[in-house]
Amino acid sequence: MAKALFYGAGFPYLDVKKLPGKLIVLEGTDGVGRSTQVELLRKWLEKNGNAVSDTGLRRSPLTQPGLDVARKGNTLTPLTISLFYATDFADRLENQIIPALKAGFYVLSDRYFYSIIARDIVRGIDPKWARNLYGFALVPDVVFYLKAEVETLVTRIVHGRGFEYWEAGMDISKADNLYDSFVEYQTCMIDQFDQMAKEYNFHVVNANKSVKEINIDIKEQLQKILEN
Amino acid sequence: MLKPNPCPGKLIVVEGIDGSGKSTQIDLLHKWLLEMGKSVYFSEWNSSPLVKSTTKLGKQEKMFTPTTFSLIQAADFANRWENQFLPMLKAGVIVLADRYAFTGFARDVARGVDAKWVRNLYTFCYQPDLVLYFQISIDDAVERITSSRARIKYYEAGMDLNLSEKKVTSFRLFQERILQEYDRMSKEFNFKVIDATRPIQKQQKEIRQMVSFALKGWRGLPNPVQSSRDHNKREKLSQTNRERSNG
Repeated sequence: MAKALFYGAGFPYLDVKKLPGKLIVLEGTDGVGRSTQVELLRKWLEKNGNAVSDTGLRRSPLTQPGLDVARKGNTLTPLTISLFYATDFADRLENQIIPALKAGFYVLSDRYFYSIIARDIVRGIDPKWARNLYGFALVPDVVFYLKAEVETLVTRIVHGRGFEYWEAGMDISKADNLYDSFVEYQTCMIDQFDQMAKEYNFHVVNANKSVKEINIDIKEQLQKILEN
Repeated sequence: MLKPNPCPGKLIVVEGIDGSGKSTQIDLLHKWLLEMGKSVYFSEWNSSPLVKSTTKLGKQEKMFTPTTFSLIQAADFANRWENQFLPMLKAGVIVLADRYAFTGFARDVARGVDAKWVRNLYTFCYQPDLVLYFQISIDDAVERITSSRARIKYYEAGMDLNLSEKKVTSFRLFQERILQEYDRMSKEFNFKVIDATRPIQKQQKEIRQMVSFALKGWRGLPNPVQSSRDHNKREKLSQTNRERSNG
């Protein structure tokens, strides 16, 4: 991005006119293979001589300790968790992403605020409020939306890290087991992503394919976008 | 604009810059209401146990930017809103708050955050039934703070804004901005202005009158003794009615 563009007011007190780097976002539900693709993309970009910085949700040193503790408790109500995630996101944006873009880096973001909004809305947060909240967010150069069927996600989770409480949305589920809850929750999440795809100009990638095929698809799309 | 309070409980808030004496006044008010047997709940700014550790870390390590500071304060408020304010208001309790969303609006805008953005942040909460704004000149506030407290804290003084290298000067400049924001909000959010330079007792008298007025129509929680008496009365009444219709 030559010129910084924000969804809303941005950071009025910051001078961020010129950002020579590129902000590339990979979005999609749990188990869709985002982190694998981020890794592959990183290697490819570095091989071509680009400096790369990567980031992902809950990695801010400011909020990570508190958020980790809070996720174990039971008073983490929807608005609070939403604002906690927003703090994490803002901290990384101001202290990591923007400085890296200023220095001309490629920033690979494993998820962006779209994921946070989706999980908020599924938990009853007002969609308009959530969108306004992220008025400080930079508009990325490109957002890849890795889209897969719930069956694909289940397979990846089963062969990978296994079902987990938050990924299964157990905090809002009436189901008595992680599998049913996961299917129900991720279906709602996919629905939210689909709704956002047009609004935020997502580049949809068919993530039901193999890791290699997905990687080729992303690289091809990325090359075209960067050439323009 | 905040939504009006639709709950049976009443929401009473004090606001003002540091050193305006609002905490002293709300404490007196709290005790007075308790003495009269009212159901009261008190909550103060930045006190959510869940968010506290993060705020502490950020302050200690000076990690906050205006935006993250704004967001973490909103998270703290939201946590108290969901776990304390809203349930208490729904239950019919009088909720007293030492600082409210307006503190966020004033401080965050003074730090350079977009005014519209921060107002959206707090749209989940209600317009209080009474906002007492303790107005004081910057000279008087600085005088009170510097004579009473040993040390002004880093963020309280707005040291993160690089207004001055001297803490007292920075405090003054920062609080001046906050004061401006409060005055700007006064009409927008229907502040009742209290002259914070008057004697404490006089202020309290004025406040109690305002609170009594704001509590008009407040029914309170059903008193267990009272309601059983009402129940007996109703029983008797229906008995008489039955006898009448039979006769």
